[in-house]
Amino acid sequence: MKITNVEALNKIAINVRKGIIEATYNAKSGHPGGSLSCADILTVLYFSQMNIDPDKPNDPNRDRLVLSKGHASPALYSVLAEKGYFDKELLKTFRKVGSNLQGHPDMNKVPGVDMTTGSLGQGLSAAVGMALASKINKAGCKVYCLVGDGEIEEGQIWEAINSATKNKLDNLCIILDNNNLQIDGEINKVGGINNLTDRFSSFGLNVINTDGHNIDSLLDAFETAKRTKEKPTIIIAKTIKGKGVSFMENQVGWHGKAPNEKEYNMAIEELNNAILQI
Amino acid sequence: MNIEKKIATRQSYGEELAKLGEENENIIVLDADLSTATKTEIFAKKFPERFFNVGIAEQNLMGMAAGLSTFGKIPYASTFAVFAAGRAYEQIRNSIAYPNLNVKICATHAGITVGEDGATHQMLEDLSLMRSLPNMTVMCTSDDLQTRWAVREMAKVNGPVYIRLCRLATPVIYNENDKFEIGKGIQIGEGTDATVIATGVTVSEALKAQEILSKQGINIRVIDIHTIKPIDKELIIKCAKETKRIITIEDHNIIGGLGSSVCEVLSENCPTKVERMGIEDVFGRSGNAEELLKYYKIDSSAIINKILQ
Repeated sequence: MKITNVEALNKIAINVRKGIIEATYNAKSGHPGGSLSCADILTVLYFSQMNIDPDKPNDPNRDRLVLSKGHASPALYSVLAEKGYFDKELLKTFRKVGSNLQGHPDMNKVPGVDMTTGSLGQGLSAAVGMALASKINKAGCKVYCLVGDGEIEEGQIWEAINSATKNKLDNLCIILDNNNLQIDGEINKVGGINNLTDRFSSFGLNVINTDGHNIDSLLDAFETAKRTKEKPTIIIAKTIKGKGVSFMENQVGWHGKAPNEKEYNMAIEELNNAILQI
Repeated sequence: MNIEKKIATRQSYGEELAKLGEENENIIVLDADLSTATKTEIFAKKFPERFFNVGIAEQNLMGMAAGLSTFGKIPYASTFAVFAAGRAYEQIRNSIAYPNLNVKICATHAGITVGEDGATHQMLEDLSLMRSLPNMTVMCTSDDLQTRWAVREMAKVNGPVYIRLCRLATPVIYNENDKFEIGKGIQIGEGTDATVIATGVTVSEALKAQEILSKQGINIRVIDIHTIKPIDKELIIKCAKETKRIITIEDHNIIGGLGSSVCEVLSENCPTKVERMGIEDVFGRSGNAEELLKYYKIDSSAIINKILQ
């Protein structure tokens, strides 16, 4: 069942954020900042866009999502748990010995994970291979690939885009989680990447700029992507690292640090209040 | 062995792959701007709709192959060994071997027998890199028929396979009655004076040495290890017990490849002195391939000298 009601999606996205906090707090490690920044994007994809069924995680005709920024695994696991792929309680086992919820997603351990990722720059090539396979099979699957903005400093991303445009993969939709922060600082200062729209346009992609936290805008962007023929799309989603937990917002220090007990309680309280305000 | 009839394993690969494409429509071939050299051009001409050239972009080559395999395709990804196992090592590790995806990495132009292109193009560490990856099957074939068999057989393995192929044309060793099995070495001869364990291009060198030595009353046996991983422990241990010396020879650094694999088997199961012949921890250099085999002492005369020592 696909949900298009904006309020309902906003509520789900907040619950996804609570799951991110739950997972990283219990693990005492993980990447909350870049997980919170893509929570709305993943919520819209899994609850309103993708043809998927949690009861059939291996259906060959399902749409795929490749989390190329694999360190946002708490966001992916949380959205999969919300969607019913597995029990939400499992989020508390994230990153622990014996758990299937590895630090970075493992397609062979977690139902709903379509590709093993974690080493930046590699997921997009796999997504291109998937989109190509779907074309060859005439399967009609859409392939979504969530890429970090720091991640595009990897040369392999641009290799993959060349193959995507050459093969006219209009069933491929890349989403750039443009939170503007990477471990060592702002992306334009660390890796020197700027002029995102021009860069992607000149590589032959259909470029859509949108607010990555506005459900309406995201819904519009995905619909436009679906209607675009002969070209892959990239949605440059402007986001805020740590979005939804005020003391984490725009703070690069929350890239790869877990909340302590006090911070956990503050975060959960803020998210609970946010749900009440919808 | 037919010294007169020579064919490079890359040629056998390209020809057989095109035949396999007729029988299995899930076979997809990818290349990185080297299809005329890797010989995937034969497949490309026959099945243009199943051939994808990614350009000079080996990292993407491996990643796309990984993605294709998740849809039930059987991708054969080809480039030179140094760009496959070397440049795209981490893509192979994290996007293919770790998720155990059904990708066949077919790496041509391995070893110093690349010849004139020199050290940058002579991959001498690929067996070492590939065999230490969990889930990976590692092959290195020695002649035409064996390569044709391997091209077909690897499609039946459900998981990643790396095969090391060569540029240099080498003698035809086997005939159509010979049978191969993944993980089983081939014993040629019953001699007990020494065992020479070889792989790839060095198998025919070992066989030439065997013939010359037999005329001098020295009888050696040759073991052709076409599967580096899983390696045929049983056969290696048997030879260590039955023969006086164990010598390994490979067109690869003596660190990490065939010689090391044999040492691992014997040190744990049947402690035996192993004499390793190969590239002795140096980079290669330009030259005619057959002259380089002599220069680096991995040709038949080097084997004879070693045995006569």
